[in-house]
Amino acid sequence: MVPLWMYLLVAAALFAIGTYGVLSRRNAVAILMSVELMLSAVNINLVAFWRYQSPLEMSGQAFAAFVFVVAAAEAAVGLAIIIAVYRSRRSVIVEDVNLLQG
Amino acid sequence: MLELNAQTIGFFIFSALMVGGGLGVVTSRNLIHGALYLILSLFGGAGLFVLLSAPFLAAVQILVYIGAIAILIIFAVMLTRSMTRMGEVFNTQWWLSALVAIAVFALLVVGVIMPVFGGLDMSTVSAEVGTTMELGIALVDGNQFVLPFEVASLLLTAAMIGAIVIARDRD
Repeated sequence: MVPLWMYLLVAAALFAIGTYGVLSRRNAVAILMSVELMLSAVNINLVAFWRYQSPLEMSGQAFAAFVFVVAAAEAAVGLAIIIAVYRSRRSVIVEDVNLLQG
Repeated sequence: MLELNAQTIGFFIFSALMVGGGLGVVTSRNLIHGALYLILSLFGGAGLFVLLSAPFLAAVQILVYIGAIAILIIFAVMLTRSMTRMGEVFNTQWWLSALVAIAVFALLVVGVIMPVFGGLDMSTVSAEVGTTMELGIALVDGNQFVLPFEVASLLLTAAMIGAIVIARDRD
């Protein structure tokens, strides 16, 4: 079986890619997709540690399942906000949403 | 040294899918392509879950992430017509973002991966694994996760109602 650090390396790379996407993309939908990438990387980490450290307790998998729930809720509300913003500003570019800018 | 068997090859294929898909999500100009890359990446994640002997999570990843979230994102892309008049993909601080991302990666490598580097391989990992049935029992067991389970269902209900209220047209 593949050693643990390889899984962690893949997850860390994906998390860093997601971080870059969140910070640098201008499109709000792309930012949301990058957040999904980061959550997915965290899930890989949770399950990998569960498998290698305590595979007989179910806490690792249970926490990963809760991350799924939070990701689904986040995607639903985030996309609803994006659609509401698009309706009022006619744009999904985050720099155009500057109503609160001083 | 790593022996080359089916599991190892599968790990490399799924990892390549996952990281390559992630790169595609972040860099693709067309958001529909980005969503398809996201599906590819999440599929790779599901494969990794199978290799980590978590088949239930792999199925949930396919059903919830690919079947629901990715499709929802594609719907949002179409509803907001965000493919048209896109202009630049990245904002003006993209090099700063790259620095931060590299710093995060370095931090993770030093803080999380170095301590376990080369430590655990298959000979020290137990072959016995908790099954999906045990996961199901743990999720509704009064001594384990029944309260977070109920809170999660409440969160989903609240998010669903909130999404409907936010996205609804005023008139």
